Amino acid sequence: MSDNKEVILSVRGITRDYVTPGGLFGKPETVHALKGIDFDLFRGETLALVGESGCGKSTLARILTLIDAQTSGELLIRGNPVNIAKKKVSAELRRRIQIVFQNPYGSLNPRQKVGAVLEEPLKINNPEMSSEERRQKAMDMLLKVGLKKEHFGRYPHMFSGGQRQRIAIGRALMLNPRMLVLDEPVSALDLSIQAQILNLLKDLQEEFNLSYLFISHDLSVVKYFADRVMVMYFGEIVESGTRDEIFSNPRHEYTRTLLAATPKTSIESIRERVLAGKATA
Amino acid sequence: MSLLEIRNLTVEFDTAMGPFRALKGVDYTVEKGEVLAIVGESGSGKSVAMLATMGLLPKTATVNADVMTFDGRDLKILSSRERRKVIGKDISMIFQEPIASLNPCFTVGFQIGEVLKTHLGLTGKAVRQRTIELLQAVGIPMPEKRLTSFPHQMSGGQCQRVMIAMAIACQPKLLIADEPTTALDVTIQKQILDLLMRIQAERQMGLIMITHDMGVVAETADRVVVQYNGEQMEEAGVLELFEAPKHPYTRALLSALPERAEGDRLPTVSDFASAYSKEDGAAL
Repeated sequence: MSDNKEVILSVRGITRDYVTPGGLFGKPETVHALKGIDFDLFRGETLALVGESGCGKSTLARILTLIDAQTSGELLIRGNPVNIAKKKVSAELRRRIQIVFQNPYGSLNPRQKVGAVLEEPLKINNPEMSSEERRQKAMDMLLKVGLKKEHFGRYPHMFSGGQRQRIAIGRALMLNPRMLVLDEPVSALDLSIQAQILNLLKDLQEEFNLSYLFISHDLSVVKYFADRVMVMYFGEIVESGTRDEIFSNPRHEYTRTLLAATPKTSIESIRERVLAGKATA
Repeated sequence: MSLLEIRNLTVEFDTAMGPFRALKGVDYTVEKGEVLAIVGESGSGKSVAMLATMGLLPKTATVNADVMTFDGRDLKILSSRERRKVIGKDISMIFQEPIASLNPCFTVGFQIGEVLKTHLGLTGKAVRQRTIELLQAVGIPMPEKRLTSFPHQMSGGQCQRVMIAMAIACQPKLLIADEPTTALDVTIQKQILDLLMRIQAERQMGLIMITHDMGVVAETADRVVVQYNGEQMEEAGVLELFEAPKHPYTRALLSALPERAEGDRLPTVSDFASAYSKEDGAAL
């Protein structure tokens, strides 16, 4: 990554502890979900965050999207320190960072029409905007994420998983954010739909110069999609580097385990397996 | 004779909008000791086909087939009482959501024991002994202690291991695995697939692997059936399929694999849809 790139978000030594109350006789226990995370996110890049469930990926996502406060450490957004536990954050800043969740079935309100889903962020953040303009903006976004005009008045249950994920992406983009946190956006989708959503994300990134923090445990998707990769293990970043560095020369044991566990679809590896099977049979 | 043979299977559901055809004449055969993968996206009818085979579809479904035999028995004329003796014993199934398919109110020891009591008539100490052996076979550490655990006290991967233990409790001849690793992490997926393949090879079971993940197919299958929209697109050996896919849909699926991506964009199935209608003169 070149040095002249604009840093839009920096994380310095962020930790997050969760304290579980011990009850009547037990001692309270502290879980160290994040143990000092450092990284920078540049303008227009895709940074992938890889790790198994329970390693703290989503905790980090919650801190970056200003949903949860860090226990210690510094979160800098365009150079300004932010800590939601200490000081209220401006609506302007919150607008800059949006999130897309993994499960498109759970993240849309079933009683809200798609148009209303897309209009809601504007209603809250721009109350003075005329309803006509709001409608127009929502309609434009609907078309941008690859849906049709007639979908505007429909309810989420009338859509497939891939279409719902398009709606969720559209909603996240309504306020012109600089950065999207994508929390496993394609892991609930079929292979062919996954390809469509990844293409859409690439197009939108180019058009709006967005930065993505792409959380995933699927290394084949990461290899295709990311510019840089961070590998997280038990609340720590154990390895980070450009995509090519990580995939061609993994240094940490856990990264190697991950790479070894990823299914191989090359003809050679299938042939090897089939021949080995015949030999033992 | 094949272990499982199904010819021209159709399934129709009665809906308020009239009958809906979920399967439009598909064929499957599985030999002893063979791994058949059924690949397709959601709505392609891959799970419906297996539920129809096991007779687990609701009453609104009409199942028709020219041939439907398992281990020499005609599944079409089996009474439901006889069918229940076969299912869960000679054919067993594991499902996608391991945590949801176990009963949260009972310990895993009880749930595995129930299978042994029902199908094998084991009692008392024999049940406990066999349950421990099964948990050991699927790689759960300290099985004696785990007998009294509830599903919520175990991780997703461990619950899937318990499901596998239940499925192999009666030494089935055919195991149907419906997306067994979709809800799991890659490292756990690898462990579960390795476990399934080891058990399959040891016991020379027939195994049907239902999946939408071409990676899982590449790592496990001997033969592959590709399904789309209730129709069979292609059937081939796994190497043949990956090396020279014949049907445009299979080609589209393979080229949508991120690790095979060439250039900046992934081809999608809508690209395939236009190619399909051109080549076969049929609309999707």
